[in-house]
Amino acid sequence: MPLAFLLWCVLAFLVTAVAAIVTGQRWNATTPVYCITALISLLGCAGAVTALLTHQSAALQLPLGLPGIGANFRMDVLSALFLAIVNLGGAGASIFGLGYGRHEAFPGRILPFFCVFLAAMNLVVLSDDAFTFLLSWELMSLASWALVLAHHGEPENVHAGFVYILMASFGTFALLLAFGLLAGPGGQYSFEAIRLHQPMGMVAGLVFLLALVGAGSKAGLVPLHVWLPLAHPAAPSHVSALMSGIMTKVAIYAFIRIVLDLLGPPVWWWGMVLLAAGGASALMGVLYGLFQTDIKRVLAYSTIENIGIIFIGLGLALSFRADHFEEAAILALTAALFHVINHSLFKSLLFFCSGAVLGATHERNLERLGGLIHRMPVTALACLAGCLAISGLPPFNGFVSEWLTFQAILLSPELPQWGLKLGVPAVGALLALSVALAGACFVRLFGIAFLGRARAPVAANALETDKISLSVLLVFAGFCLVIGVVPGFVIDALGPVSQSLFHGQMPIQSAQPWLSLVPISAARSSYNGLTLLLMIAVALGLAFVAIRIAASRSTRRAPAWDCGFPNAGTLTQYTAGSFSQPIRRVFGTVLFRARESIEVPPPGDSRPARMTVRLQDVVWDVCYAPLSGAVTYLADRLNVLQFLTIRRYLSLVFATLVVLLLVVATWQ
Amino acid sequence: MHGFAFDVAHLLAGSLVLVSFMLLYQDRLYALLNVFALHAVVLSLSVAWQAHIQDAPHLYITAVIAIGFKAIIIPVALHRMIVLLGIHREVETTASIGLTMLIGLGLVGLSMAVMLRITPHADLVAREDLAFALSVLLLGLLIMVTRRNAVSQIIGFMSLENGLVLAATGARGMPLVVEISVAFSVLIAFIVIGVFLFRIRERFDTVDIAAMDQFRGDRQ
Amino acid sequence: MMRDFTLQTIAMLAVLLLAPLLTGVVRKAKARLLRRIGPPLIQPYRDLWRLLQKEVVLADNASWLFRATPYLVFATTWLAATLVPTFATGLPFNWAADLIGIVALLALGRFFLALAGMDVGTSFGGIGSSREMMIASLAEPAMMMIIFSLALLAGSTQLSVMAQYLLSPNVGLRVTLGLSLIALMVVGIAENARIPVDNPATHLELTMVHEAMLLEYSGRHLALLELASFIKLLLYLSLIACLFVPWGLVPANGSWPAFGLGLLLYAAKMIVGVCILAGFETAIAKMRVFRVPTFVGAALMLGLLGALLLFVSRGL
Repeated sequence: MPLAFLLWCVLAFLVTAVAAIVTGQRWNATTPVYCITALISLLGCAGAVTALLTHQSAALQLPLGLPGIGANFRMDVLSALFLAIVNLGGAGASIFGLGYGRHEAFPGRILPFFCVFLAAMNLVVLSDDAFTFLLSWELMSLASWALVLAHHGEPENVHAGFVYILMASFGTFALLLAFGLLAGPGGQYSFEAIRLHQPMGMVAGLVFLLALVGAGSKAGLVPLHVWLPLAHPAAPSHVSALMSGIMTKVAIYAFIRIVLDLLGPPVWWWGMVLLAAGGASALMGVLYGLFQTDIKRVLAYSTIENIGIIFIGLGLALSFRADHFEEAAILALTAALFHVINHSLFKSLLFFCSGAVLGATHERNLERLGGLIHRMPVTALACLAGCLAISGLPPFNGFVSEWLTFQAILLSPELPQWGLKLGVPAVGALLALSVALAGACFVRLFGIAFLGRARAPVAANALETDKISLSVLLVFAGFCLVIGVVPGFVIDALGPVSQSLFHGQMPIQSAQPWLSLVPISAARSSYNGLTLLLMIAVALGLAFVAIRIAASRSTRRAPAWDCGFPNAGTLTQYTAGSFSQPIRRVFGTVLFRARESIEVPPPGDSRPARMTVRLQDVVWDVCYAPLSGAVTYLADRLNVLQFLTIRRYLSLVFATLVVLLLVVATWQ
Repeated sequence: MHGFAFDVAHLLAGSLVLVSFMLLYQDRLYALLNVFALHAVVLSLSVAWQAHIQDAPHLYITAVIAIGFKAIIIPVALHRMIVLLGIHREVETTASIGLTMLIGLGLVGLSMAVMLRITPHADLVAREDLAFALSVLLLGLLIMVTRRNAVSQIIGFMSLENGLVLAATGARGMPLVVEISVAFSVLIAFIVIGVFLFRIRERFDTVDIAAMDQFRGDRQ
Repeated sequence: MMRDFTLQTIAMLAVLLLAPLLTGVVRKAKARLLRRIGPPLIQPYRDLWRLLQKEVVLADNASWLFRATPYLVFATTWLAATLVPTFATGLPFNWAADLIGIVALLALGRFFLALAGMDVGTSFGGIGSSREMMIASLAEPAMMMIIFSLALLAGSTQLSVMAQYLLSPNVGLRVTLGLSLIALMVVGIAENARIPVDNPATHLELTMVHEAMLLEYSGRHLALLELASFIKLLLYLSLIACLFVPWGLVPANGSWPAFGLGLLLYAAKMIVGVCILAGFETAIAKMRVFRVPTFVGAALMLGLLGALLLFVSRGL
């Protein structure tokens, strides 16, 4: 029974958390705790994958929680998929933490909350009624908040924690309202009861919007994303990997569960909203990422971009479903789910690499790194694989999910609504634009951090990461390559999920000749990752052999040519800011009001010239600054209530009582 | 029904939209005049083709007016005026060219949405031709709104009017098309003369020919 | 089966051998238009041979990525050029990757080339890489929009199926095809580093994009990269010929004389295309670097307009 097995795993996580608290007072419990969590996660992952491949589904009710209601748990193929993702990420983070955790000065602040975090994420995916769901969701937010505040000595981490808890509370509030509306006047909170009487019309639309706000704020949709680039970098690197790669996927699970499973048939404008939000997130996320100099911020903004791509896929699926184009809807849904898997893999890999760099150089600032490919060769290789995967390049896995999304857009048949007719090609263009910009972003990240010459002594003296962390990096990079080369098996595994949600699935891929990927029909389009990899290898081999035969073999090392103007100083090479300057001038002038100014002191003055770049965060200025200003204003005005006389307080109570009685008297 | 003839007419209408986008893209005044001459040539080709397939020989006159007046006389006259008055030869825009083209794209989408919705029973090719004509009109207005230079605003106005002529000739059997074209051309001529009279007055503080005689270069 | 593989091998070799000749024709045509005599047509072959015989001088801090990139760029570009139907459609390797796959292969080569530009840590490499990624961030979406328009028309993203659709009589003269052709020509100029986007004949910092990334390469590495850029020019010309001038493409089950004729016709199309390119490059000047995004952005707009027109007029 995989469900019972996974519940035992959750219990084991909680017990480990308690043990970590108790033993953490005396000695450093890093190694045993991480070993145990890695073991539990691997077992959980194996259980979830078994449940997914054998199409099992089970439900259970435990007498915990509220009296008379208890706690409902269920595992069907959708939750099995997300449980596999969560536990694989948890296993990777735990094993990486074995090596990375040695740098931690206060492990007691991290270990218990790490276990609780993993337990809570598993519980969210397993819950089958609204109470359990919201309880686990809050537990997940609180555990990750505690992890974000692990290094609360630095003021920016405190600020990050504050913004994070605000946005998380807001998201939970929206989800609470959504579940309240779903439960309806009968007050039935279990998902089974909700499925039986699904809301219609206005109420369904309202539930959709609330679910989008609640789940979207946790996933990082623009404009609800402001906490993500603050909070994800503040946490320790293996926790950042969990938050970016795994927790955002749990948010997507919540959205899929509420909108695709609990709500009834979709309406066409739901798809429009998702497409707009996804397209905006994709473009704004990658553009923000191009202008950051902190490695982890770049990766956090890239998460926002990829969440945008996933929501574009979901938006297409909803629009096609609403117009009864089932085949296209299934393709779009499968593309979105595939990207969920891919992103969890390569984003975790990239955060692990940033953790390795941070551990080796104690530096997150790109402007102080460089030349690490010579000092940390294996880390650089794994990071290169991650950058290639996230930029959507063959033969890695990012290319396959983006290819499938484009195929879904191209299949989009005669859409009757004008909003969709104009919106779908526009979103296609936005998707293509963000994929191209993501390539630029990761050329910049890898090129500045690992290539070139070291810009600071810490980078020149870095040492390679320890073997355990390296093994995790290489395993995840290997997954990215294997899934990209033979994607058919993953797509077949996703078949039951789309069957349960949309009552249909894509053609069986493992039956295709030569392990090709044929989403609709061979005449329409096909992709064969294995053949492509082999052909690249053969072409490389032929080129190598031809060069060996025909060309001279001599090689000589010399100082760099630099067009005849060699300069040994490392400051003359490109910095992160200068690499993104052309893109900043093209896209940033309008969207971010980017302005450059140069102050040159007069001749004779020995001060250096300064170049300043000013960028404004559009979303913050438009949405959040007025809101926080209004809240501050209101709070100042209401402060008067603290200093009233007793008579005034009594009159307030009296007035409220009279108003309530009036309402009762006049309510129909 | 959708034979080669209609495909060519459709292609010419689409080329007019394309040349309107090229007008949006220019940032030098002489290049803008050359592209406008191309705009007028494409319009006259479209009108001549319509004259051929509708079997309406009076439309040939409209085509000749378009070529003679708008493709040759007006660009040459504007070119000489620019040299004479020393007008700044860069097109000054209020928004960047990329943003303007993006807005232009939105306008084309809007005109397609409008035209294709309000004419549900007509032939598809005819509806798309009308939508193209509306796009050319809106793009001409966009040029007028986003440019600061008087010459570019005149070019915008003339391209707007080209869109109107395209719509008029595309609809079968519309009367007085030739007379309308002549009237528009006279209107344009007066607008051009008027604009340059104002510029001359700004530059030399007078429009009196006798007074301007003093500025002739060969006088001592 | 054996026949198909023989044809595929002939196509691969034809692409490899024809590419330097095309560059030779471009240089000769440009020189003749400027009333110079110009280099001989086979000069690019001689250049490649000369480079192969020379010693490679590597910078002290060049890494394994620097040494591997020429092979990778050459392999991906050659593979992408093989996947475009040149004189025959339906060859065995065509089913491995469709047009999106071909664009992604070129993007893979460009990723590594940009990284190689940053590897040695000079400012010239940085200039080349950052400008190349800026141009690519607009040229790649423009290419995707062109693929969208053509795939919506042909009902497939496979190039062989697209070419067969465009040969069939029910295509008609469509506005979208005209817009896509112009957009594809602009994207081809941008990707091949031709005037007005980049000057392939100069090493001045103001005008370098592609050359700046190659600045530190020498000997056999430079030969591979030069050959890759020749093949890339051939790839874009083949793409334009396959999609917009598809007459002369022979299906896979044709006869050997038909293939021979198709090969000759293909070579003729390439040479005509390259002469048009030479005329265009001579007639126009290179534009400022920050005017290039507007130029390539215009191609993106045209591609989007073409796709929009198709979406809007379907199902009406």
